[in-house]
Amino acid sequence: MSTLAIHNGRVIDPALGRDGIADVVIVDGRVARVGPNEGDAVIEADRIDATGLVVTPGFVDLHVHLREPGFEYKETIASGTVAAARGGFTTVCAMPNTDPPLDRRAAVESVLRQAEEHAAVRVLPLGCITRERAGKELAPAGELAQAGVVALSDDGDAVADARLMRHALEYAGAFGLPISQHCEDPALVHEGQMHEGWVATRLGLRGRPASAEETFVARDIALADLAGAHLHIAHVSTAGSVALIRAARERGVRITAEVTPHHLTLTHEEVGFGSSGSHDAANGGGANGYRSIAYHSNAKVNPPLRSHGDVAACAEALRDGVIDAIATDHAPHAVSDKEIEFDLADAGISGLETALGLSMSLVHDGRIELPLLIERLTAGPVRAWSLDQHPGLEGLGTLAPGAVGDVAILDPDAAWTVTPEEFASMGKNTPIAGRELRGRVLATVYGGRVVHALEGVAL
Amino acid sequence: MTTETHETPGASAAPLLPGSGEPLASAPAPGPWRHRHVLDLDDFGADEIETVLELAGQMAEVLERRIARVPALRGHTIVNLFYEPSTRTRASFELAGKVLGADVLSVSASTSSVQKGESLIDTVRTLRAMGAGILVMRHASSGAPYLAARHTDAAIVNAGDGAHAHPTQALLDLYTMRRHFGALEGKRVVMVGDIAHSRVARSDLWGLSAMGAEVVVCGPPTLLPHGLRPGDRPEHAESALPFVEVETDIERAIEGAHVVMALRLQSERQEGGLLPSLHEYSLHYQVTAKRLARAHPDHLLMHPGPKNEGVEIAREVAGGGRSMIEEQVTNGVAVRMALLYLLALGRDAAAKAGEGAS
Repeated sequence: MSTLAIHNGRVIDPALGRDGIADVVIVDGRVARVGPNEGDAVIEADRIDATGLVVTPGFVDLHVHLREPGFEYKETIASGTVAAARGGFTTVCAMPNTDPPLDRRAAVESVLRQAEEHAAVRVLPLGCITRERAGKELAPAGELAQAGVVALSDDGDAVADARLMRHALEYAGAFGLPISQHCEDPALVHEGQMHEGWVATRLGLRGRPASAEETFVARDIALADLAGAHLHIAHVSTAGSVALIRAARERGVRITAEVTPHHLTLTHEEVGFGSSGSHDAANGGGANGYRSIAYHSNAKVNPPLRSHGDVAACAEALRDGVIDAIATDHAPHAVSDKEIEFDLADAGISGLETALGLSMSLVHDGRIELPLLIERLTAGPVRAWSLDQHPGLEGLGTLAPGAVGDVAILDPDAAWTVTPEEFASMGKNTPIAGRELRGRVLATVYGGRVVHALEGVAL
Repeated sequence: MTTETHETPGASAAPLLPGSGEPLASAPAPGPWRHRHVLDLDDFGADEIETVLELAGQMAEVLERRIARVPALRGHTIVNLFYEPSTRTRASFELAGKVLGADVLSVSASTSSVQKGESLIDTVRTLRAMGAGILVMRHASSGAPYLAARHTDAAIVNAGDGAHAHPTQALLDLYTMRRHFGALEGKRVVMVGDIAHSRVARSDLWGLSAMGAEVVVCGPPTLLPHGLRPGDRPEHAESALPFVEVETDIERAIEGAHVVMALRLQSERQEGGLLPSLHEYSLHYQVTAKRLARAHPDHLLMHPGPKNEGVEIAREVAGGGRSMIEEQVTNGVAVRMALLYLLALGRDAAAKAGEGAS
């Protein structure tokens, strides 16, 4: 019998409405007891002193790219899940745009086997909506569900064919699988490289208009309504999308949604005027407002970073519950994929290790309460996809007795500097390198085992 | 030509150009100059633009000599790295470098053969290792020269990047306008055509607004970029683009203009669904004699070339008395000489000071 006692932290467990000083006792990988001084009664245990810290259920991420198989030079299941652990995530849902893509049983089983052997935290794969992600024919949803996928997505691309999307929604419903759609109309996106707006005009880059996302959100809401199926909108990024989702939820359509930490906090100005890697000090420019530009490909992401109004609307929707979950869309890339011409550079941000720090800025400037933010990282995503209905995942996202023993221990006020070279992720591609964040995960417990602990944490 | 021609002060003496064999670093500084690279005009002050234009006047003098050679850049190696086909800009830079006595090498690289992995950075570093101190670069990707500038201590001159910038074209446009008008303050400059895809327009906007001109852009809404109207930007970013007037009616735009510049229209715009047809475009946006009658009597007609006569510009005005199109080309060599000179001077001064560029 192995026992872990986490002493004297402020335990925030939104699903149970708990917020107070307590001990968390985990026995044989499952939560045994939570309450004041409960740990004192345990005689033989590993102990963590969480005095002055916040103790929450382990975070659940509905959207990560682990890149294995096929792109192991960008990330592996091993490296990506260590990055997850460092970010406080104990469950990550892995997108199927690997090579080969996860559009058949054998591919899913292979990922699950790799995860069993090498993953630091729980990996729940998604399957493809269409075969080969080609947007032409349905992938075998039933077979994929049996193999263990928790949702379907062609993420990276939208399913552009409306008829196929309708049938995908209808068909997946029979197997209880939500469909997570990357909403961007390829026709409107065309060759767009960043958000369409004044920054793109300044940089001479083609734009991806907000309407490219909004037309597909509107279309897919109508299709989900028609199909009576569960649609999940991945990485919501515009105020218009928020309004559409809000209205659809109000009239009872089964829509859930996620937003990334970067869409909650960063704007398209990062691309042209962000702080990292600028030439201007060398060019006699220096800090001169909007005088000097750069092309920060580490801020290139799809959907793109948007305007201040969009960022504000996303944050408000997260607070209101129109958006259920924070998901990172962790998209690691190699330097050789990023440090090239902007229009050739891959899109994506390595986000697992900065997720809490970035999101905490909403708490620090008073736009969301800490327990609600934690809800959107734990119970929110679990509820969105009913992940706790899967065998073995009872109580996921909470610290209820009997739940999986997954815990994040954080210091909401700890200031730290983003240093990509120190990321566990192989993807060093972050637009916020060198920036100071406030709020950090100090230790992570997965199934009762400590899988991440910063130096100096009292274990 | 009825337009009054203003002589650039000091142009006849050419005192800044050293004689044969004199090291460049001993030449007096021609005026304010802070740039290690020329990537766009957005970070240029009016004082630096003045420096370039003054010096270009002296370079124009050199070009008029019977033997147009000044060995000011002897020992400097300039590489023209062109990832896009170009005749005039490339020839102009080659000539500018050669007149100044530099070793000039032109390299054509086709973007289609460039694989990810065989990178721009490698190419730039390789050319630097061969001794290139100044790299003149044209590339189809907006921002490519900025990438190069981050990875080499060679001076980068942007000879056109995607739809972003073409600063040497803008400087030669400014030079041409100033030669005829003296100061540009308050002069109404109208650019007509495909503003959205035009790197020339973007750089001209910066240069013209730095010099105090009143800028109007005109074209069909599908060819006007987003965010140009001041109200399209948040208040804090108002200065992030030059202040311009945006107009879709060419007659209104041209009213009282001192300069009318027609921009090249690419036939792809029709295929891309941005225009019904080139004919339709020419009906509504072609710069014609009739439309130019609304301009200021002493107006100049400009075009960055290569032009499609009968599409964005009528044949009779392109070859007419107000047309600056050929003069623009001539002035281009002088302006590029001035820029190469300033960059080389800066490099020599840095080397002499033993600072070692980083």
